[in-house]
Amino acid sequence: MTLSSPLPADDPAAASGSQQGHANHTLTGFVIFLLSESVIFLALFAGYIVFKMSSPVWLPAGVEGLEIRDPLLNTVVLVSSSGVAWLAERCLKRQKLVSFRLWWLLTMAMGSFFVYGQAVEWLHLGFGLGDGIFGSTFYVLTGFHGLHVITGILLMGLMLQRSFRPGNYDKGETGVVAVSLFWHFVDVIWIVLFVLIYVWQRS
Amino acid sequence: MSSSVSFDPRVLKTPQPVPGAPDNWKRFFSFNTDAKVIGIQYIATALFYLLVGGVLAMIMRGELITPAADLVDPSVYNGLYTMHGTVMLFLFLFPILNGFNNLLIPPMIGAPDMAFPRLNAAAFWLFPVFGVILMASFLVPGGPSGSGWWAYPPQSIQNPLGHFINGQFLWILAVALSGISSIMGAINFVTTIIRMRAPGMGWFRLPIFCWTAMAAQTIQLVGLPVLTAGAVLLLFDLSFGTSFYRPEGGGDPMLYQHFFWFYSHPAVYVMVLPVFGIFSELFPVYARKPLFGYKVVAIASFGITVLSLIVWVHHMFYSGTPQWMRNLFMVTTMLIAVPTGIKVFAWIATLWRGKLRLTTAMLFCLGGLVNFIFAGITGVMLATVPVDIHVGNTYFVVGHFHTVIFSTITFGIYAGIYHWFPKFTGRMTYEGLGKLHFGLTFVGAQLNFIPMHWAGLMGMPRRVASYDPEFAFANVLASLGAFLLGVAMIPFILNIVSSWARGPKAPPNPWQAIGLEWLLPSPPPAENFEDDVPTVISGPYGYGLGKPLVENEAHYVARALEA
Repeated sequence: MTLSSPLPADDPAAASGSQQGHANHTLTGFVIFLLSESVIFLALFAGYIVFKMSSPVWLPAGVEGLEIRDPLLNTVVLVSSSGVAWLAERCLKRQKLVSFRLWWLLTMAMGSFFVYGQAVEWLHLGFGLGDGIFGSTFYVLTGFHGLHVITGILLMGLMLQRSFRPGNYDKGETGVVAVSLFWHFVDVIWIVLFVLIYVWQRS
Repeated sequence: MSSSVSFDPRVLKTPQPVPGAPDNWKRFFSFNTDAKVIGIQYIATALFYLLVGGVLAMIMRGELITPAADLVDPSVYNGLYTMHGTVMLFLFLFPILNGFNNLLIPPMIGAPDMAFPRLNAAAFWLFPVFGVILMASFLVPGGPSGSGWWAYPPQSIQNPLGHFINGQFLWILAVALSGISSIMGAINFVTTIIRMRAPGMGWFRLPIFCWTAMAAQTIQLVGLPVLTAGAVLLLFDLSFGTSFYRPEGGGDPMLYQHFFWFYSHPAVYVMVLPVFGIFSELFPVYARKPLFGYKVVAIASFGITVLSLIVWVHHMFYSGTPQWMRNLFMVTTMLIAVPTGIKVFAWIATLWRGKLRLTTAMLFCLGGLVNFIFAGITGVMLATVPVDIHVGNTYFVVGHFHTVIFSTITFGIYAGIYHWFPKFTGRMTYEGLGKLHFGLTFVGAQLNFIPMHWAGLMGMPRRVASYDPEFAFANVLASLGAFLLGVAMIPFILNIVSSWARGPKAPPNPWQAIGLEWLLPSPPPAENFEDDVPTVISGPYGYGLGKPLVENEAHYVARALEA
C-alpha cells in the first residue's frame, strides 16, 4: 500500500521533502487514514458474512425481514450526492465560490436526508439492539456508518464556513478535496452495506 | 520579530533543558508540538509504566514462589496478570517505541519535524488519558479485568456486579483509545517517511530503523482497525446487551479470537521490527563495518509485515480450529522464520571480523540477539501444531514470549536508550552503571524466563495462582530472576537521572557513527537542519568505505561542533 510508488534511488528532486508543500502531506496522510478506516469496515463486513452464513438463528421471532423500498430511495439520494460533491469541488477549482457553496449545501442536504430516513426507519422497526445476532449486526453496522455520514456533514459544514473567510481557497482546497474523498468513501461503504443487509436477505 | 528580545528565539524551542531558558522543563508538561519533546514525553511516561508493570510482575512472582496461593487471592491474581500484560504492551512498549520514532525519524531523514505536529501531540496526550483510565480500574468495584490481556469472551462479557463502569469496561475503553492514538501516530510516521526525506535520500538510502518503523506502522494501519472493531463489538456485548459473541443469541465467541489475533499477533512485529532496526543501526557502528546485505535486510522488513498478517490462527490451534486451517497457518508461521533468519544472519555477518567495541549499548544488542535466536527456535517449535497442542497454554508459551518481549525487545530498547541518549539530551551516560545494568538484566532475564520453558514442558499451566509442588524449583528460580530484574532497574534509573542532570557533555558524534542525526549538534536544535538540509550522496553504514554520506560533509560537522 505504502510502497506503491517507490521513488527512484538517485533522483534528488523526486526524493526530496523540502520542496513539497504541506498540502501534499495532508492529502497523503488523509488517504492513509481512509485506507486504515476502511479496514474497520472490512472487519465488520467479514463478521457479518460469517454470522449470516453460519448462525443457526438469524431473524428474531416475529420479524419477516427488512423493508427495502425506503432504504433504496435513501441509497439513491446518498450515492448521487457523491456526484453533487464532485460538482462542488469542480466549481471551487474554477474559483466559482458561490456555485461551490450551492452544490456543497445540496450535498449536505442530501446527506441529512439520508440520516433522517435512517432515523425514521430505526424508529419503525419491530426489533431492537438486543434481539439476537440480527438486531446486533443491523444496528451496529448501520449505526457505525451513520456516524460517518454525520461526521461527513459536520466536516462539510466546517469547509462551508471556511469558504466565507476571504482568500481562504486561493492557494488550494486541500480540506475540500479531503472531505469530498471522505464522502465518496462513506458512499462506497454504504453500497456494500446495502447489498449485504437489504439485498442479501434470503440465505 | 522585535529586536528587544534578548535571547535567541530558537532557545525557547530547544527540546532539552537549556540553562537560562525560561521554560526548560515545563515544555515536557505542555501540549508541545516538537517531535523531540514528544519523543521524550513518550519515553519518560512509558518508563514510568515499565515500573508499574514490573511491580505487578514481582507481586505475581512473589505469589508463585510457593505452590500454594498464599500471598494474594486467586481472583486478585487474575487481575494482576491481566493488568501486567496490558500495561507492558499498551502503556510501555508501544509508547516507548513511538517515542523512538518521534526522536529518530525526523533527524534520520533530515526533516525538521513530523508531517503533522499537532496530530502528533494529540496522539501523545491520549496516552496519559488511557493510562489513567486503565489504572482507575484498580479502584472500581470488582477490581480490574481478570480476563487476561486477550479478554476472550465469554469471560470478558460477564458483569456479575452489574455496574456499568467495571474493570472490563475500562479495559476496553483504554485499549480502544490506545488504538486511536497508535493510528494517529502511524499516519504521521508513514507520511513523514514517504514525503519528507532529505534531497538524495531514495528508498535504498534510508536507514534501516526508518524501514522497520515504516513496516511496523503499516501493520498498525492494517491490523489495529480490526482489533478496534472487535473491541467495540465486545463493549456492546458487555454493556448494551448485543449478541455478537453470545452463542445463545446466535453469536460466536470464536469471531472475537479471530479479530483479536488478526491484530495482536502482528502487534508483536510492530514491537520487534523497530528493535530489528535498532540492532541494524547499532551493530555497524560498534563493529565498524557496513551492514551486511542492507537491501535484503530492508526488504525483509516488509516480508515480515506481509507474512505477519496471515499467521494469526496459530494462537487458536487448540480452539477447535479445523485441521486444514491449522496446517495452512503452521506453514505461514514457519515462513516468518525466513525473513527473520535473513536479518539474524545479516547481523552475524556484520559482526564477523569486526572491531567490536563493547559499550553498554553494544552489550545490550549482543545480549538481545542471543536471546532472540533462542526465542526464534522456541517460536518455530510452537508453530508446529502437535507441539503447540501439547504445550499451548503452558508456561512454555509464557517463557517463549517473555524471551521475545523482554529479553529481545526490551534489550533492544535499552540499547537504543544508551546509544541515542547523548544525542538527544546532550549528556553522556555512565558506562560503569550501564554495564552493571546490563549484567543484572542479562542474568535476571535468563534466570526468570529459561526455567519457565522447563516448567511448561513438564506441564505447568499458565495463569494460575497455585500449582503442583513438582514445579516449585523452576518457579523459585523464575521468581529470583524477576526480583533481580527489579534490582536491575536501580542502576538504570540512577544512570539516566544523574547523567541527564550532571553527566559529561556529549559531543555531536560520540560513537563515530554515520547518519544524518550524527551531523547535528547534541542536542539537535528544534528544527534539526532548518533550511540547510544536506544532500545525501551515498547509502547508510559506509563504515570503512571512506565515502562521505552527504555533500559538503565538513561544513555540517563543523557547524555541529560550533553549536
